[in-house]
This record gives sequence, structure tokens and C-alpha cells, in this order.
Amino acid sequence: MAFNRSFGTAAYTIRQKKSGGLLALPAVLWLVLFFLLPLAIVFFVSFMSRGPRGTIVFPLTLEHYNRIFDIFFPVIVDSVRIALVTTVICLLVGYPLAFFISTRKSRRAQQIALFLVILPFWTNFLVRTYAWRVLLGGDGPVNNLLLSLGLIETPLTLLNTEFAVLVGLVYGFLPFMVLPIYASIERFDFRLVEAAYDLGANDWHAFWRVVFPLTLPGVVAGCILVLIPSIGAFVTPDLLGGTEGLMIGNLIQTQFRGTGNWPLGSALSVVMMAMVSLGLIVYMRFGGQN
Amino acid sequence: MRQVDVELRNVVKAFPTRHESGQLVAVDNVSLEIYRGEFFALLGPSGCGKTTTLRMIAGFEDATSGEILIRGQAVQNVPPFHRPVNTVFQDYALFPHMTVLENVMFGLEMEGVSKKEARKRAQEALEMVRLHQAEDRRPRQLSGGQQQRVALARALVKKPAVLLLDEPLGALDLKLRKALQYELAALQETLGITFIYVTHDQEEAMTMADRIAVMNAGRVLQVGTPEEIYETPATEFVADFIGETNFLRGDILEVNNPFAQVCLDETLTIKAAFNDQALTSGSRVTVAIRPEKVNLFSATGPVKYADGTNESPEEHRELLLRDPDINLVRGRVLRANYIGTDTRYVVSIGQNQQLVARVQNYGLRSDTTFHIDQEVYIFWDAEHSRVLTE
Repeated sequence: MAFNRSFGTAAYTIRQKKSGGLLALPAVLWLVLFFLLPLAIVFFVSFMSRGPRGTIVFPLTLEHYNRIFDIFFPVIVDSVRIALVTTVICLLVGYPLAFFISTRKSRRAQQIALFLVILPFWTNFLVRTYAWRVLLGGDGPVNNLLLSLGLIETPLTLLNTEFAVLVGLVYGFLPFMVLPIYASIERFDFRLVEAAYDLGANDWHAFWRVVFPLTLPGVVAGCILVLIPSIGAFVTPDLLGGTEGLMIGNLIQTQFRGTGNWPLGSALSVVMMAMVSLGLIVYMRFGGQN
Repeated sequence: MRQVDVELRNVVKAFPTRHESGQLVAVDNVSLEIYRGEFFALLGPSGCGKTTTLRMIAGFEDATSGEILIRGQAVQNVPPFHRPVNTVFQDYALFPHMTVLENVMFGLEMEGVSKKEARKRAQEALEMVRLHQAEDRRPRQLSGGQQQRVALARALVKKPAVLLLDEPLGALDLKLRKALQYELAALQETLGITFIYVTHDQEEAMTMADRIAVMNAGRVLQVGTPEEIYETPATEFVADFIGETNFLRGDILEVNNPFAQVCLDETLTIKAAFNDQALTSGSRVTVAIRPEKVNLFSATGPVKYADGTNESPEEHRELLLRDPDINLVRGRVLRANYIGTDTRYVVSIGQNQQLVARVQNYGLRSDTTFHIDQEVYIFWDAEHSRVLTE
């Protein structure tokens, strides 16, 4: 008991020591130098003018923002739509998968299943996306299979479509949906389902009134983790979408490549960040209470 | 003839184990009849199958074999949400994302009761358990005792035919548990709903239940009123699980109703009552004697009466032995522990036997206490020494 007591003395917990702030210093420095500072630069540059051969010059202007709303607005809408569809598909696929994994009785089966979910990360994302080019190509396995089954007469155009972009995004971001949902179902107390049954709820009601609300934090975390990187995705739409699946990420990338238009690229980045931040704020105000 | 609310017929529940072909029999051929309006306790140590039995009645487990009937209807293929029973779970299983009122309303909404009506009835139920002022709080903002009441209201608002309670007071501290025991028993009496109450606490079962089924290792060993279970335990396990008991081993000398002569050793033969089992001379048996049924008086000093008169030990002994249904043996005090309301003595009797006696401290200390190594006489009604079945 005496042993426990000496450890429990509040004055000596690290949390209360003033020097505890020192522990966060490296991370704070890192974030200021490599996150906040570049962010400020991007914000500033977005109001500059483009000089000859892609240089950044004065005067300050709102020209880029005007251009974005005049010309690039449809691309932004498309990006958001594709990201939302990706998120919904990931949720519809990921929730049942996470549910299946977390309700396996054997701990080992759960670990193996989770391992399989994470396994693709062991290969470079670019390589995996190129693999999809092969799979979806005119002479690829998907078309060959459909042809040999006689379901189609001529190869389908799968590549360089929005469909291909969605396939690539869902494939790439599914683990980010599965893992947080798995964690929340894992923590869920299934005796509450028995309580719901006991009170007259069938499977449907037990799920929607008890299981889903209590695993919602995992669902929300998963959706944020999928939605945000999907909006800004550029490798997947670049390689699988061609000109059909152009997203805001591709636009930004183009502005920074070679003698592009850095101020315009910065403005696009700011617009994208503003949208994502706005979404998060709305969520935290209205959705985050539970 | 009383109406039967819940009936179990030869119910078996076997769980598969890790080893192939292996199985764990949690409930082993249990048959019970639980009457309408009665407070019935399933009592036994952890792992005895009492909770599994309750879960089968609730519908969370399927019986491996046998039949369960609720109000005369076989419920084998009836899912829990269609059974006329409700459960108060161990640790309550309240919905943490709903308020107290929403928790209680949930079951009514599932029945299709309108929101307005459900709210009214839920508020009435909360009033019944005196928690109406907390209806907007979340379960985690309540104390354990309050949560327990919410769980009770949530189940009772459904007006079940039978209420199942799985160690509902187990997580509470002793004082609160005591208070809620009486409260629960009173509530059950008012409502007249059949309660099936699972507990490992014998005192809890004795305090509240009309009848108790004592379970061990998946079997029901005895069913009876608290008094029957305590006074006439059927088996050694029952006698041991409920209260303190002396167990003496001996051989049956002869059986002449209503008592059997049991020879404990060459110097010691006692009379013992028995249940309806057939006893044969020479068979080895166990005799149970409750410590508080045993009386002592000094074998060396005079026996004092309340009116001031004295009697020598021999005179007193002669007087007692006029009653043919009394056991009277001589012994020596080995240990004495003063406990307050009574004193617990360990006395050696016969050649090498020990008997625990609890003697009430009703008089002055010097009148009722005995010291270590003191020679004493021990006597008890033959009816209070019972030959056990196992």
C-alpha cells in the first residue's frame, strides 16, 4: 500500500510538472517550421501576381480567386462529389468488414484479418496504382474475364474514366475506414444488444438504435480520414482518370510543375483547405456532440 | 394448485470446448417449476449454471436439450424480443448514449407505443423507483444504486410476465445492497410479477426469496423455502453453502422411525433425522448439525437457573435424558471465540471428533461462557442432526 501511495502522489506526476512542456517542444518546433510557416507562405503567395516564366511578383491581387470561381468551379464540385462517393462506398464496404473482423471469436483470426487489411501498405502506393492500370486496361484481366464469360462483345473502356478513379480511391483509402470502425466496434459492449433484444428490439432496431450510434465515433473518424485525402488526391486521378477524372489535386499539381502558376496553385490550395476546414468545423459544431 | 409461470423440463446446456468433441455441461438436466407471482432465487457458486439457466429463459442461449415453457408455451424457437420476460442485467447494460428517460422508453417504442404514451409510462415507471428527477441524465452520471433502479424501471415498464434478475445487486456496496434487498422484495410483492433472481449470496436469497433452488455444477440440488433449505438441507453441498454446518461421518446402526442411530465411533452414537431416502444398516453416512442448534452446560459446575436455583450437572443431565429424542454427549472445549451476539466454541467429542457450537450470549458473560479445556455436556434435539443424501 505504501508503495502505491508514493506513486500516486499528485505533485510528482509528469503532467503537473512545469518542465512537461519541454517534452512537446521538438514537435512544436517541427510544426511551426514545416507546417505553419509554409502554410503562411502559401496563403501569402496566393495573393501575388504571376511574373514572366512563372516568377512570383507584386502587386497583390484577387485575380486567382476570381479565376477559380469562374473557371475551375466545376472541377472543385467534381472533386468534392468524387470524394463523397468514395467515402460512402468505403463506409458501405468498410463497416460490414470491420464488423465481421471485430466479431470473430478467436483473437488470432482478428489479427490475421487486420493484417490483410493493412497488407497493401507494404507496397508503394504508386506501384499499386499502376497495377490498377494493368488490371483495368483494354487488354487487362478484368476485360479478358468479361470477354471470356461472354458478358461483353468488345472490351470496355474502364481506364481513364471516373469509374477507374473511384475504384482506385476506394481501394487506396478503405483501410482508413476499416481501422477506426474496427476499433469502435471492438470496444462496443455487446451485452447492450442483448438488452435491446430483451426490450423487444429486432436485429434492425438493435443495430440502428444501439450499435450504430455507439460506433458512430469510429464511423466519423473513418469518414474524415477518407474524405479529406480523397478531395486532395492527385496520383489516383492522374494515373487512372486521365482527362476524365480530373480533380482539384491535379490542378494544383499542374500549377506547381515546371513554369506553372504558383500563385494560382496556392490559391487553389487555400480554397481546398478552406472547404475541408469548414466541413470539420460544421461537424464539430453539430455532429461532434455525441 | 398454483399456476406455473415458468417450467423447465430436463433442460441441458452444453458448450463446445476448444478440444474437438469436448463439451462443457453448464446446465445438467434441470427441471423446475416456478409459480406465478413468486420470488424465486437461483442460488449457487459462480460457474454453477445459474446464469446460463436464466439466459435460456430470456432466450439468449438455446437449450441443448429439454424444454422451457413460459406460461405454458414452449419457447424453444421464440427469439428474446418475443418472449414475455424482461431482464435486469448484471452491471445493468443501460444504453450509454440515451438519457434515463430514453432508456426506459426504448422498450415501449419497440412495442410500437406512441412517443407521447411511452414518455408518460416511462415517467411513471421512473417515479415508481423514485428516479423521476433524474430522467434527463445519462446513465454514467448516476450512482450504481441509481443505475440499478433505472435498469429495474426499464424492464418493469414492459409489464413482463416474468422478470429475470441476474445478480442485480452484485456491484453495490453492502449497506446499499441490504437496503435494496428489502426494497426489491417489497416491490415484487406490490407488483405481483414473478421474479427469477440469480445470486451467489445465500443471505440475499434467504432474505428475499419465497423459494430457492440451490445449484452446483449444473444441477439443481434442492428446491424449497429458505426455511426448508436451511433446516433440512438435502445434501452436504446445500448444508455447507448455506450457513455454517458441522459434518459428522458415521455408520448407520439401525433405523427406527423417525430417527436413525448413527455410530460416529466406538464411544459415540447419536440419533439423527433423515429425509425420505432409504437407509440401510451399516452404510456410511454424513450427519449435519447447525452450530446454533447445539447447547452446552458445564460438566463440572452447577447449572444456574434464572430464578436463582442451582442444579448439579448430573441432575440436569438426568432431566434432559428423560426426553428420548435428545442427543447428549460429553466433550471438552478446544477453542472459544467471543463474537458479540454469540460465542463460537469448538468442542471435542467422542474419540476424535469436533463439533462447532454457537451459544447466544443472553445472560451475563460468566453464566454463558466456557473456558478452554472445560469439560462440558452438549445436547441437541435429534431432529436437528440430519442424515444427508450424498
